[in-house]
Amino acid sequence: MNAETIARWQFGITTVYHFFFVPVTLALSIITAILQTLWYRSGDLKFLKLTKFYGKLFLINFAMGVVTGIVQEFQFGMNWSEYSRFVGDIFGAPLALEALLAFFLESTFIGMWIFGWDRLPKKLHLTALWLAAIGTNLSAIFILAANAWMQNPVGAVYDPVLNRAHMTDFAAVVLNPVAIVTFTHVIASAWMTVGGLIVAVSGWHLAKLPQAKKPRAGDAAAHRWATRFGAIVLLVAGLVVIITGDFQGKIMTSVQPMKMAAAEALYTTEGGNGTCANFSVLTIGSLDGKTPAQPIISVPCVLSFLATGDFNGKVEGITDLTKAYDGGALITPTNALQTSTADTLKAKIAALKADPNSGWDWSPNIPTSYWTFRIMMGLGFLAMAIGAYVLWVLRKGATPKDTGLWRAMLWVAPLAPLFGISFGWIFTEVGRQPWIVNGVLPTASAVSPGVSAIEVLITCVGYTLLYGLLAVVELGLFNKYVRLGLPVVEEPKVLTDDDAPLSFAY
Amino acid sequence: MQLLATNPSALQILWFALVCVLWIGYLVLEGFDYGVAMLIPFLGKTEKEKRVIVNTIGPVWDGNQVWLLTAGGATFAAFPGWYATLFSGLYLPLFLILVGLIIRGVSFEYRAKNPDTRWRNTFDWMASIGSFIVALVFGVGFANFIIGLPVVTATGNASLYVLDGKPYFWQLFSPFGLLGGIVLVVLFLFHGSIYLALKTKGTVHDKAAAFAQKVGLGAIAGGAIYLIWFQIAYSAGVLGWLLLVLAAVGLVGAWWFVRAGREGLAFICSAAATAFVAVMIFVRMFPNMGFNSAKVTTPLDITVAASSESTLVLMTVAAVIFVPIVLTYTAWNYKVFSKRLGTVNMPDEELAKA
Repeated sequence: MNAETIARWQFGITTVYHFFFVPVTLALSIITAILQTLWYRSGDLKFLKLTKFYGKLFLINFAMGVVTGIVQEFQFGMNWSEYSRFVGDIFGAPLALEALLAFFLESTFIGMWIFGWDRLPKKLHLTALWLAAIGTNLSAIFILAANAWMQNPVGAVYDPVLNRAHMTDFAAVVLNPVAIVTFTHVIASAWMTVGGLIVAVSGWHLAKLPQAKKPRAGDAAAHRWATRFGAIVLLVAGLVVIITGDFQGKIMTSVQPMKMAAAEALYTTEGGNGTCANFSVLTIGSLDGKTPAQPIISVPCVLSFLATGDFNGKVEGITDLTKAYDGGALITPTNALQTSTADTLKAKIAALKADPNSGWDWSPNIPTSYWTFRIMMGLGFLAMAIGAYVLWVLRKGATPKDTGLWRAMLWVAPLAPLFGISFGWIFTEVGRQPWIVNGVLPTASAVSPGVSAIEVLITCVGYTLLYGLLAVVELGLFNKYVRLGLPVVEEPKVLTDDDAPLSFAY
Repeated sequence: MQLLATNPSALQILWFALVCVLWIGYLVLEGFDYGVAMLIPFLGKTEKEKRVIVNTIGPVWDGNQVWLLTAGGATFAAFPGWYATLFSGLYLPLFLILVGLIIRGVSFEYRAKNPDTRWRNTFDWMASIGSFIVALVFGVGFANFIIGLPVVTATGNASLYVLDGKPYFWQLFSPFGLLGGIVLVVLFLFHGSIYLALKTKGTVHDKAAAFAQKVGLGAIAGGAIYLIWFQIAYSAGVLGWLLLVLAAVGLVGAWWFVRAGREGLAFICSAAATAFVAVMIFVRMFPNMGFNSAKVTTPLDITVAASSESTLVLMTVAAVIFVPIVLTYTAWNYKVFSKRLGTVNMPDEELAKA
């Protein structure tokens, strides 16, 4: 394997791993703040218990998100130095702004919230949590704008003197239509995950409580409230995911038609002129993805609608797109950066085509694109079905029975959306190939030339082992605190005696 | 100093200075929490003493670490050429730093969540060793920026600079490089023990103050050798001598005040000394950013590495608005947790065994 392949694996491993923690942080920070607000407003200790309980789970998860996030910022320069140099004028700004606007806010106020229970008056303490949650969600805006720019590189031109991209319009970068739909899609899917998590944790306690020897007063009411709340969050967020996903499909078809064709394994252009393209649910294809697949189940005309919003819309196929790109056609002819890079890009692609090791292909890996797209959607629908079923079980004050089926469903409720998100990211990043910046810079040209394959391999193995070990620790802690259940709480008071024990310390 | 490829613009100079400011923020703030974390297994004898030590940095370490992320992000945004060559060039050292940051970061959050002694000892050592690795590698790194990392252009891409040597790793550990690593570790131990003395009372305070007085002598001696070697062999010019004197006054002042029991003043002095050393290094790194361009026709300096003026303007606007805001709420955070902690303040733990 060459350095590029290992560097791509490293990005895949570290990013998918980092993104196990991010969705939980994004949504659970806000939900914990909502719980604490409910307590602040009503004085109902049920909400203080839930705040402390879910706040603890949030923090166990948050620590992992922080430490794995540092690797993300560093690895652009470490593994992808030509990429960093070529796009730094545009891509660097969102990363710097993310640190300055979001990370400082998040990190400072999370510290204040954790240790501030008896240092700050209630209202300020609640404000600290809201500021931390806002910081967390602000960071998503910046990093997703940066990623969206790689999918649809707007607001920039090529500077031939310095041989790199040059930012012309920062507003265009932030208001990139891909960035806006991706942000809503990612945030909504994070809420699905956390909705599912709350269903799982509180639903498990709810079914267990009748068997408890000494059930604490009020715990059942708190968990019943939380389970229903989680299920509603899961369902509402699921609807938003579907709607935003539909928007994403249409934008993807216009700015990355090859990704849409790969998602469908559609080789020949279909639709247009009164005909339509079918959506295949399942197919049999060759594993190398070089030959068209045989559909087993397909739904008439749905692909045309998904891709274009018109049941008779035309969807371009892989073979036809490849022919067009070989002939010099641009992916997005209106894109200023793609247009201005076209001439230098021709030389880069000619060199890649001449290199037998590069395996240049205008399309991404088809089976990966096809299956990750379907698994993502399938897991999302599965989670929503569980959310609906949980609401039905809890109707009219009924208590769920602690059966094997109930427990199995509780496992699936958070894990289906969580892994759905992983598959979604694998789809969107693999589907962008062979480009690191769509239509501008091939991934093969972006890797660090000064770093050898063996160095990338050492660090790749190192991260994987360390992350594996940390996963054991974090899951162990998570499990421990889930089982401990709701804590005993008392009204927090601001301490005035300097020698009194703190009500909370590490 | 080398000749510049072209004259730097005011914004390029400003951003070089701002990157220096972000590094100062990182070294001064996280410097002490590295020192404190390194000392957990050594100064904390009882469990409550260890908890006092951890709790002095608990509310602030994460915010302190963001200065490093911002320095990295700002380097990427303002000088992509610097970020690309430096981060890919110092590949394995940065990996060590990342491992150190990961293991110390989880330690603070996870040690408290299980009362088991073996669990806690493991995380205390991870916090200590992780902090040591990061301080050591950054110290070696900065010494090599002073020496100058040799660059060449990449094969087939004249716009991209890479370090001359594949990998560039063993070359980093010259005597001066190693000294730089040790001096930074000792400086952070000094700075961190002063912070610990400032933030605690009772037994932990007494141990921290006594340790600060001892390690302070090492910091003064090591710092003197390092800075004089730096000035004589690599020179940061006349300004370098001035900064050297200021840094020395800071170190001696810190030692003097900690002996006199004036820990607040001692902390200001050790923070100032750290800042003066950082400025001295950045003076030396202007305008070539710590690269040695002897083998290339167009030297890699701030004019070649910088982003476009429009990006720098955007970043300047953001910095002018948000840096003061960040400083304000960071200061407020320190004020909220300004009370000294002692073992009397540690609540008994009622963690049920799961």
